[in-house]
Amino acid sequence: MFLHRIQLDIINKMLKVKGLKVSAGEKDILKGIDLEIKSGEVHCIMGPNGAGKSTLVNSLMGHPSYDISSGEVNLNGINLLELEPFERSLEGVFLAFQYPREISGVTLFNFLLAAYNEHMCHKDKDFRRMKAFKFRKFIKPFLIELKVPEDFLQRYLNHGFSGGEKKKIEILQLKLFNPKIALLDETDSGLDVDALKVVSQGINDFKSKENAILIVTHYQRILDYVKPDFVHVIKDGKIVKSGDYKFAQELEQKGFEWITE
Amino acid sequence: MDNRINMNEFVFQDLDRDSFDHKNDASYQADFDYGITEDLVRQISKDKNEPEWMLEFRLDSLKKFLEMPMPSFGPDLKDLDFSEIVYYAKASDVKNANDWDKVPSDIKKTFERLGIPEAEHKFLAGVGAQYESEVVYHSLKKEWEDLGVIFEDCDVALQKHPEIFKKYFMKCVPNNDHKFAALHGAVWSGGTFLYIPKGVKLDQPLQAYFRMNAPSQGQFEHTLIIVEDDCEVGYIEGCSAPKYGKNALHAGCVEIFVAKNSKVRYSSVENWSKDTYNLNTKRAIVGKDSVMEWVGGNMGSGVTMLYPCSILKGQGARADHLGIAFANAGQFQDTGAKVICAAKDTKVNIVMKSLSKGGGISSYRGLLQVNPNAENVTASVECDALILDEISRSDTYPDMKIYNDNVTIAHEAKTGKLNAEDIFYLTSRGISEEEAKAMIINGFLEPIIKELPMEYAVEMNRLIELEMEGSVG
Repeated sequence: MFLHRIQLDIINKMLKVKGLKVSAGEKDILKGIDLEIKSGEVHCIMGPNGAGKSTLVNSLMGHPSYDISSGEVNLNGINLLELEPFERSLEGVFLAFQYPREISGVTLFNFLLAAYNEHMCHKDKDFRRMKAFKFRKFIKPFLIELKVPEDFLQRYLNHGFSGGEKKKIEILQLKLFNPKIALLDETDSGLDVDALKVVSQGINDFKSKENAILIVTHYQRILDYVKPDFVHVIKDGKIVKSGDYKFAQELEQKGFEWITE
Repeated sequence: MDNRINMNEFVFQDLDRDSFDHKNDASYQADFDYGITEDLVRQISKDKNEPEWMLEFRLDSLKKFLEMPMPSFGPDLKDLDFSEIVYYAKASDVKNANDWDKVPSDIKKTFERLGIPEAEHKFLAGVGAQYESEVVYHSLKKEWEDLGVIFEDCDVALQKHPEIFKKYFMKCVPNNDHKFAALHGAVWSGGTFLYIPKGVKLDQPLQAYFRMNAPSQGQFEHTLIIVEDDCEVGYIEGCSAPKYGKNALHAGCVEIFVAKNSKVRYSSVENWSKDTYNLNTKRAIVGKDSVMEWVGGNMGSGVTMLYPCSILKGQGARADHLGIAFANAGQFQDTGAKVICAAKDTKVNIVMKSLSKGGGISSYRGLLQVNPNAENVTASVECDALILDEISRSDTYPDMKIYNDNVTIAHEAKTGKLNAEDIFYLTSRGISEEEAKAMIINGFLEPIIKELPMEYAVEMNRLIELEMEGSVG
């Protein structure tokens, strides 16, 4: 019985961040972050502008502008800090961007197909790269679920997409790549209520016992749709307070100002 | 000019030892005559059994070539030694080159990686006499002949259609245009003659390689295209794979005459071996309500100077110039577009994209001229440059001579580097950095590449991938 619990504990410990210090240029942004996210959990990071929320998720993904001065980041025992961004992605880290990039000349379809094949080939080395005509059928249900018109596939990646459309495409990728840990950076910003519902539904569909979600948000809005198990407040590069869902509501009413270290 | 660099320092850096050895193989080149003389020019004309007027034209061109100065702008040509060039290779000499084993191994390797079958390799390398698609060509040829289309080697056309040839030959690009036009006039050999009679619309573009079954196209080929009223035609030329040039100078000439209400598209992918000076002249005269489209890719050559030109002579004529230039290590791509609006209601659309990498230089040199009588001209000029590292460069020299106030002109020039955020976005999706860069670059070029015929677009993409290999440090 006791042994069983220990094993579960090891399996559950999905993402482990320990003493993470991150700087950009001369500026120290994260000043020692500790965070443990187990599979099946939804965590939320809140905090004022400039506290380091986006820096945290971007440096977990391996953004080249950030220097890791010290700390550890493990995903199921794999040291993420040694990996390139594309390797982190293939190991199951996904970052939904606050501002998804517009890349001209690259169609959404070709981009999704290329990335999907990379993921599948990594998971199963006998996987035969999916051909375009097959992928076109395969992707259809994803588009329908997220209410993305099919002709978007032939448009250039995020080019001329509205804020809501861009976020839907991020969630489409989340579902397509099915990562172990989803980092959602201000996914609710720039969304009207309808889009927020569609996006939240997508996140809830994705959620399972086998994966985990870390939401970064400024508002509480998305938390009405996606219930977090834990909420952390980050201020000046440190997590200053953690709590459960009720804590998030308290934050919504009182703001961040009253919380000090 | 401070942007002049000594090209020879770099020119051979991407060739391996093997290709040097082959190039220095004395027996291979022993039979060729180097340098240009009046005797040589007379010999060319005699070999081709040309009429007297052509001999005189050649001699006149030679005189002008010797008198005229080198270009005063663009890349440094001081290492171009006219006495080291083979200007004319007789068929009997060329046979010596019909040996696949003598083609430098780097060129062969490139062909192999491009996935081109060996028969085609040999053809593209200029050493193969037979081409697999000859059967296809013959059936097309019959179709064209029935429509009255003339599609011939230029040397043959001079013999078979002397009057029309004389009427148009070097009337668009006169032999006093510049030094290399004069040189071309003196030593031109081979090339394409294409005549499209009134009202003929061809669905399939004509391709130069359908016609070629003679070895070695030569470096001074002449392309003469005459399109009558109410026609539609596409013509594709150039080599889509590295061509092994025996000589280090390519001075071709393309002349296109478009009459009224016709549409002509000229596409070319030029990928000469990197020891070549590609000093090419391409020009079209466009009549009333006609459209002239230039689609071009410049990949190879050590030095390229090429500015396709449209003279919009008829009311409502339109010119579209789309081009890509890729300058890698040791390359100077000085390319662009020239359009002269000489009639009212004429339209111009220029889109040029360039890539520079490994210390390569690409520059856009353009001219947009609106003559005093050309009312109501609409022109759009867009040049985008992508610089892939710290040591490469890109320059823009857009010249505008506008002599009429009633014009609408948009001009946009952008120079940028690969965006690190874009790369991060793609890599965060599981795509490797090298592939992400290639995707962004292909995306940058896509508006031009999608205008190229399918097989050329595919090869162009592969060539770019090859050039990009190892670019991620």
